[in-house]
Amino acid sequence: MPKKLVLHFPPHLIDQPITYRLIKDFGLVVNILRARITPREWGRMVVELTEDGGRWQDAMDFLAEAGVGVEPLAREVLRHEERCIHCTACVAPCPTKALDVPDRYLMEVAFDQDRCIACEICQKVCPYQAMEILFD
Amino acid sequence: MAKTIQEINHKIKTGRAVVVTAEEILEVVKAKGPKQAAAQVDVVTTGTFAPMCSSGAYVNLGHAQPRMKMGGGRVTLNDVPVYAGFAAVDLFIGATAIPDDDPRNKVFPGAFPYGGGHVIEDLVAGKDLRLTAGAYGTDCYPRKALDTLTRLADMNEAVLFNMRNAYQNYNVAVNLSERVLYTYMGVLQPRLRNANYCTAGQLSPLLNDPLYRTIGVGTRIFLGGGVGYVVSQGTQHNPGVRRTERGLPRVGSGTLAVTGDLKRMSPRWLRGASFTGYGVTLTVGLGIPIPILDEEMLYYTSVSDADIVGPVVDYSEAYPHGKAEILAEVTVAELRSGEITLNGKKVATAGLSSYARAREVAQLLKDWIAAGEFLLDEPLDHLPGPESGYAFKPLTERPAASSGDRG
Repeated sequence: MPKKLVLHFPPHLIDQPITYRLIKDFGLVVNILRARITPREWGRMVVELTEDGGRWQDAMDFLAEAGVGVEPLAREVLRHEERCIHCTACVAPCPTKALDVPDRYLMEVAFDQDRCIACEICQKVCPYQAMEILFD
Repeated sequence: MAKTIQEINHKIKTGRAVVVTAEEILEVVKAKGPKQAAAQVDVVTTGTFAPMCSSGAYVNLGHAQPRMKMGGGRVTLNDVPVYAGFAAVDLFIGATAIPDDDPRNKVFPGAFPYGGGHVIEDLVAGKDLRLTAGAYGTDCYPRKALDTLTRLADMNEAVLFNMRNAYQNYNVAVNLSERVLYTYMGVLQPRLRNANYCTAGQLSPLLNDPLYRTIGVGTRIFLGGGVGYVVSQGTQHNPGVRRTERGLPRVGSGTLAVTGDLKRMSPRWLRGASFTGYGVTLTVGLGIPIPILDEEMLYYTSVSDADIVGPVVDYSEAYPHGKAEILAEVTVAELRSGEITLNGKKVATAGLSSYARAREVAQLLKDWIAAGEFLLDEPLDHLPGPESGYAFKPLTERPAASSGDRG
């Protein structure tokens, strides 16, 4: 099963080929969903990692040793249910259908965390601040 | 057989009224046919929950000691400027007002996290708000400055007064340009990537009484979770537009000015809203009961999403420049499906008006009436109708005389 994770890179690691090592040394399948890398700042990358015969635990140990923070994506994307009014403004712009209206009779918005890639588009289009993404 | 409002009210009081929502009536008509449905159903309830910028509230704070005349001074609630151009302690909170230090669109697009709509929501939620006031001081009102917490329960009157709500039909907004647009109709992606609409469709109050036969001055309504009234036609009321065979306007048309006691309302039905790059507004829950006086009213209330057409308008060019260009007409049924076809291209749709919550408004109003807690009104006066000649005019600009010429 692929896992969606957010990798936090300390500034001194920006010039290190960490992703390359995950693939080459540990045999993981890496799908980069989103990345923000700026010189001298913390870098962040949203990745989908699949073990696929690779060495998952060793890879995680390598990341920890290198100082790369690893957080599940789910912890960084919050939907405040009580703020949502089900207007559906977020549904057309959401690129992965993580926000969708599964039943067009009910017209209620459902959030499927597994599909979310933390692109932050919903944050800009939701007038009620119902979506919060701690990826800055 | 025709019914009167008095007869319907008698049935409501004795618990015998048959009340259904504007959605349920479609099933009733399908099952029983229009004649029987008109005879059996007494009231159809409508609802909408959508951003309505020309909303606001007036409040009376009570007098400070020593007295202070805020009229002509400067007043803020939670840093949001409120209008004080009245007597000593009457204020009007406008939904779109924003703090002086909000950066607005200086870094585009602005986020507009807090404004008048949120002040109204926080008031109704019973929260403490910071009130600051500055005045010039007079012999009878000597105080010049005030900085205090206040809340709804501390105020005298607190009244929602919306000069334009419940727009009868509205534009479907698209963007034909190459850049992202940030509008009051939401974020519009370039090259026709999405179409944003704002209507409760078959649940919408004025689409269920398209010629304003029963909705008029004094009509009692659901407003913000409490009880309110129709004051008159709203600003920009424009009844004389092109209509379908059912009498439904094909573009934005009728509007309502409404009012109600804020102290009886709820933050669930008055929500501040922030539109990126545009500003702040207030999302208002509003529902109107429609008496089924005869088969004609039954016919009007049996409108379905497939009967309602809305104009698709380009917000990169036609709307901002005030051109009356319509790219296409689409039905609300198509819009609600999540996708429309424009110029042979499939375009994803997104709503701004909550259909799910509009349904809840209609259901709540139905429950109130069924429980005998809410009676209907005969309108004291009718709203200007399609044949009235009443129309929404654009602004005519005329050069002002330069200050030196005024003598």
